[in-house]
Amino acid sequence: MKVLLSGDEAVAAAAYDCGVELGTGYPGTPSTEILEEFDHLGGRAQWAPNEKVALEVGIGAAIAGGRTIVTMKHVGLNVAADTLFTAAYEDMNGALVVVTADDPGMSSSQDEQDNRRYAVAAALPMLEPSDSQEAYDFTRIAIEISERWNVPVLLRLTTRVCHSKTVVNPSGAPLPKTAKAYEKDIKTHVMLPGFARLAHKRLREKLAQIAQWNEESGPTRTVKGSSALGIITSGISFQHVLDAASEASVLKLGLTHPLPIETMRKFAAGVDRCIVVEEGDPYMVEQLRTAGVAVEDKASIFRFGEFNVDRVRRLIAGDTTPEAPPVPGKPPALCPGCPHRGIFETLRDQKCIVCGDIGCYSLGTLSPFDATDVACCMGASIGLGLGMRLTLPEEQAKRVVSVIGDSTFMHSGITGLVEMVYNPPPSGHVLLILDNGTTAMTGLQEHPGTGRTLDHSKTGKVVIEEVVRGVGVKNVHVIDVVANKEEFGELLKNGLEKPELTVIVARRECLLAVRSIREYERANETQCN
Amino acid sequence: MKHSVTNVVIGGLGGQGVIKASDILADLVFSAGLDVKKSEVHGMSQRGGSVSSDVRFGANVFSPMVPPGEADYLVVISSDQVPVNQAALAADGVLIDDSKIDVSKLSNKKSVNVALLGVLSKHLDFSVDAWMAAILRNLPEKLHEVNQKAFLLGRNG
Repeated sequence: MKVLLSGDEAVAAAAYDCGVELGTGYPGTPSTEILEEFDHLGGRAQWAPNEKVALEVGIGAAIAGGRTIVTMKHVGLNVAADTLFTAAYEDMNGALVVVTADDPGMSSSQDEQDNRRYAVAAALPMLEPSDSQEAYDFTRIAIEISERWNVPVLLRLTTRVCHSKTVVNPSGAPLPKTAKAYEKDIKTHVMLPGFARLAHKRLREKLAQIAQWNEESGPTRTVKGSSALGIITSGISFQHVLDAASEASVLKLGLTHPLPIETMRKFAAGVDRCIVVEEGDPYMVEQLRTAGVAVEDKASIFRFGEFNVDRVRRLIAGDTTPEAPPVPGKPPALCPGCPHRGIFETLRDQKCIVCGDIGCYSLGTLSPFDATDVACCMGASIGLGLGMRLTLPEEQAKRVVSVIGDSTFMHSGITGLVEMVYNPPPSGHVLLILDNGTTAMTGLQEHPGTGRTLDHSKTGKVVIEEVVRGVGVKNVHVIDVVANKEEFGELLKNGLEKPELTVIVARRECLLAVRSIREYERANETQCN
Repeated sequence: MKHSVTNVVIGGLGGQGVIKASDILADLVFSAGLDVKKSEVHGMSQRGGSVSSDVRFGANVFSPMVPPGEADYLVVISSDQVPVNQAALAADGVLIDDSKIDVSKLSNKKSVNVALLGVLSKHLDFSVDAWMAAILRNLPEKLHEVNQKAFLLGRNG
């Protein structure tokens, strides 16, 4: 029966239909809904503290013979990259599908990196669906490839695939499990150099076989059209191409690493003009040119931002007239009554130099707060602040504050805190941990500090102030800034004046989450009694 | 090509029900057996910023995004967001904003989105029953009555 699903929902549905036994990940737009939907369907889904841990849990499960899916946004794969590269060398007994949800155009991200580069760098197969039907079908193919070649498989989505709803006809067919039972085999599961040298050769051999399979029976589509214009494309760009150039011949790749180069060479030879239409980096262009296939690349202006039909038309026409910037809309803002507001007002009024982090409180950068000076990636606020403290003249160094949210602290703030205790700047440091009891920006997900699992049931709780004291910080304060704004101002001022380490946990639940949090608490109490 | 696909863009601010309105529309046309694609950007835009959602339907839809300047209908929930979304509308397209309804007649101001779907419904070939069914499928029961009334206000206004 046909259904209307987002790409995220389609991945979850396929994982469920294929009997995936574990889904794990860290929330991040546009990937978050995959695990939420997998849980909703009845799958075992859990949030990890960060993407690296999620991937490690996934690898453990796959080595043990399970079918697993690990989800994250594109920058999450940076966090998990160390694990990913060596996991490529190790033999998965079951299946491991790693979903990377890229965000060309940066609708909700700090960069627009093209994670097809990871497939090349880590030497892993990568599938790229172009709509929800393919998101469903390719998830299944990813599991099949993973089990057939005992290798992790990357499934690359982009924002418009994740969040567009399109019609899906799910096969619903079960996928017979082919996993071997776990047996100790250190040559394939412990990457000591002697074993890893052999493993690298095995991985290259697997890739060569997968490339051959891709040439012969990969999920490649061709649209027959005029021989005057041939377009090579993949992912969401394919859909734009169908609208923008209905007359063209199209070769649309599904498995974009390793590419079916001979199929592409043949296609290019059969048309007068062959242009590659790919959002983001010139990845396929480079691979084709290295293989000696002459293709046209897009003009450099089309390297930036996401595609739409109009941009693809102009790309094909070689129209490089400067693009009019979109009419600026109303920017997002901290909600009226948001507990972060008073904190950023205080930081602004005390003229602090603020190293911020990733979350709703990124909005403290904008008017009327104009509070944040520097920010980079998840967990960076603490290290950035310490570096600034070590380098700025004393009068400025004393005003540096690091600001991090509760979920981000769990994700990658704790190691920064260890650095703060281990290499304290002469002027000391002040760290604010904004604990609103949820992962707010991505849509109110649980994390280890809430004491509830992905499905909101009760579990072990990591208490932030206990972690901070345990690491060795002496001056630790917990305060509700909404109720005690003046007292917070004093605490901050005192912290800044002392050449010591101070951590202030500002605790007040997110306004959008507080009602649900109370409901979960009540439900969990009832269950425990 | 253009006339085989109907393009609707719904715009407004986060929290005004832009995405809910596009969910209802997409569900309606899907239930009528048409191909449909619906696309928007989630994430930071939900914190009160500008939000827009594209719905395209017809026999066969490819790109999920309405090409700029090709929206047949532009539905804007708060009129201050018209300039932000104007570029989406085709030269001969129809603009539907909250000036098209008597907002004071709504028992719940949050149902402006559904009232504007009522206005849109006058331009599209789907029965009131089909619209009502789609509205009910996409809203919790306690909001059914107020939204049915809102839809009819737009439809009959």
